[in-house]
Amino acid sequence: MNQRSIRRLTLFMLLAPFLLWIALLIVLPHAGIFTLSLREKVAPLVYTVGPGNYLDFFREPIYWNTLLRTASFSVLVTALTFLVGFPIAYYIAKIAGRRARGALFLGCLIPLWVSDLVRAYGWMILLRETGVVSSFLQWTGIVSVPVELLYNDATVVVGLVYTVVLFMIVPLVSTLDGMDNSLIEAGYNLGGNGLTVMRRIVIPYAMPGIVAGSIVVFMLTAGSYLTPILLGGKNSMWFTEQIYEQFITRFNWESGAAFGILLLLFTSLTVWLGLRLSGQSLASTVARNEA
Amino acid sequence: MRKFKVLAVLATLAVATTTTPAAADTLRLLTWGSYAPENVIEMFKNETGIEVEVTFSNNEEMISKLRATGGGGFDLAQPSHDRIHAAQLEYNIYRPMDLSKIDTSAYDPSLLAAVKANTTIDGEVYSVPHFWGTSGLVVNKAKAPDLESFADLCDPQYEGRVSMRLKRTILIGMGYAMGEDPFGAYGDIAEYERIINAAAEKLIACKANVKTYWTGGDDLSNLLRSGEIVASDAWDGTAFKLNTENPDINFRPPSHGAMGWIDTFTLPRKSKAEEAAYQWINFVMRPDIAKMMSSHSGYVTAHKDGGDLTSDQLKASFSDAFSNDDVANIKWFANIPPGLEDIEGKVLERIKAAQ
Repeated sequence: MNQRSIRRLTLFMLLAPFLLWIALLIVLPHAGIFTLSLREKVAPLVYTVGPGNYLDFFREPIYWNTLLRTASFSVLVTALTFLVGFPIAYYIAKIAGRRARGALFLGCLIPLWVSDLVRAYGWMILLRETGVVSSFLQWTGIVSVPVELLYNDATVVVGLVYTVVLFMIVPLVSTLDGMDNSLIEAGYNLGGNGLTVMRRIVIPYAMPGIVAGSIVVFMLTAGSYLTPILLGGKNSMWFTEQIYEQFITRFNWESGAAFGILLLLFTSLTVWLGLRLSGQSLASTVARNEA
Repeated sequence: MRKFKVLAVLATLAVATTTTPAAADTLRLLTWGSYAPENVIEMFKNETGIEVEVTFSNNEEMISKLRATGGGGFDLAQPSHDRIHAAQLEYNIYRPMDLSKIDTSAYDPSLLAAVKANTTIDGEVYSVPHFWGTSGLVVNKAKAPDLESFADLCDPQYEGRVSMRLKRTILIGMGYAMGEDPFGAYGDIAEYERIINAAAEKLIACKANVKTYWTGGDDLSNLLRSGEIVASDAWDGTAFKLNTENPDINFRPPSHGAMGWIDTFTLPRKSKAEEAAYQWINFVMRPDIAKMMSSHSGYVTAHKDGGDLTSDQLKASFSDAFSNDDVANIKWFANIPPGLEDIEGKVLERIKAAQ
């Protein structure tokens, strides 16, 4: 064996787990789902091939309304997550001392050690009509009757922001951490005030981190299931719930599969649009090119 | 040579994946919450050496889970008597039972006959009964003394104070409350659709009354216990359990009749522990075990003395809720013809999405 074929073999061996992962757990299942989505159920046990499941989605306002609702809420959650996460990340990366930094970062991580389900139930205990917050408000005399804080859209948004905020903080901390403090000093020396420095220097520098965080947060939110269902109540349809309903309670795998593909396409499209609008590319969010 | 190696690796992988499933000394049971109490599982293990692995589920999930594996992954399932016929015809997920392996003399003859009649396909019986119960109303009578039918759930005086489970039961119950006969219309799809749509209109109109839609027994119990709701549609067993904690809360058979169901024992097609499954079935139908199971779940077993084989508290709750007329008025769920659930599914989506 010569040098070149050994190198090729090494490359192949190193890539093999990754390729197997992609092929077996991502490409193959999606191909299966896509094939399934093109199967139309005519009657029990009678199927034909066609785009009927996709057409159903556009013909039935409930379905595309749910998808639009899910998408707009996900964008809102992403924006709020940025507003909440950026100051925290900035503080951790630029202001906090070396020791406080570790403790703060850990403080952000700890809630993630508890499962989604437990965290959603935590919110329920706090916010239900006979829950902690309602009882406290009555005790202080701010309200006289129990208040129901659960089962509405605002609660879902709060719950989702809480669940995903860490995925915004981590990439922001790592990009801001790599920023030379002298850039900020230079900005002030040249007469910029806090706002200008933030807008003209810090934000543009952190853009790759912001975009990376936003993509992760948006995808997680649009694909979340437990939080919207447990906190949302009687009016809040989430698109993932729609997919679950199709698969499990309606035994309609074909249309569930079509919905799954549509969710994937729609979120991908939104991310692409976001990248175009922010002038970033997917590559620049992964690694910074020091040109 | 290289090709051969790849094949060998694939072959070992295939062997590894096909030989891992449970050995014969475990029974994988797919059932409802509260149908498999810890102490009974423990006793069963001491007597037979068989470990019971329990997965809690509901009718729709049972069918979907078994459909995904072609009837594999579980050794014994407990779907309701009306959900077996169509699922078996369409998805072929169950296997016929060998009734000679079951002590049928322990059963209430009428319940056994009813389940046999519902689940016989090509002369083969697929199920035997286990628990039976009804769906109706659970009411906190201190706060809602006059709530007597599903239509009363929409009474404006209970605004924000009732709950419902957004499943087919609420549609059918509302249909009966409006004076229709949904079970009678099972054979006539157009008529059934008309009834269900009318019920849906009513349910959409009274959405303001609903605090939230409950999804599981624990969910519902918490809402009632805390006083956040005063009434809901419910399974009688859940209501009887609450009655032991708070005498004001109990089951109320609706004036238009409670809806009766029988949860069964049915063998998934790829059951790997059929013998263990028969052992479990016979074990839980033994009078002493039936009594423990019934006290735990709040439902009456299909044992011929099922009404006596339960806790005194439960007997008291039952006789407090049901008069003899109420028992005679029970409407039993009939086998669901294919196609109905598609209609119901669409209607339920519409209710959930309505603002």
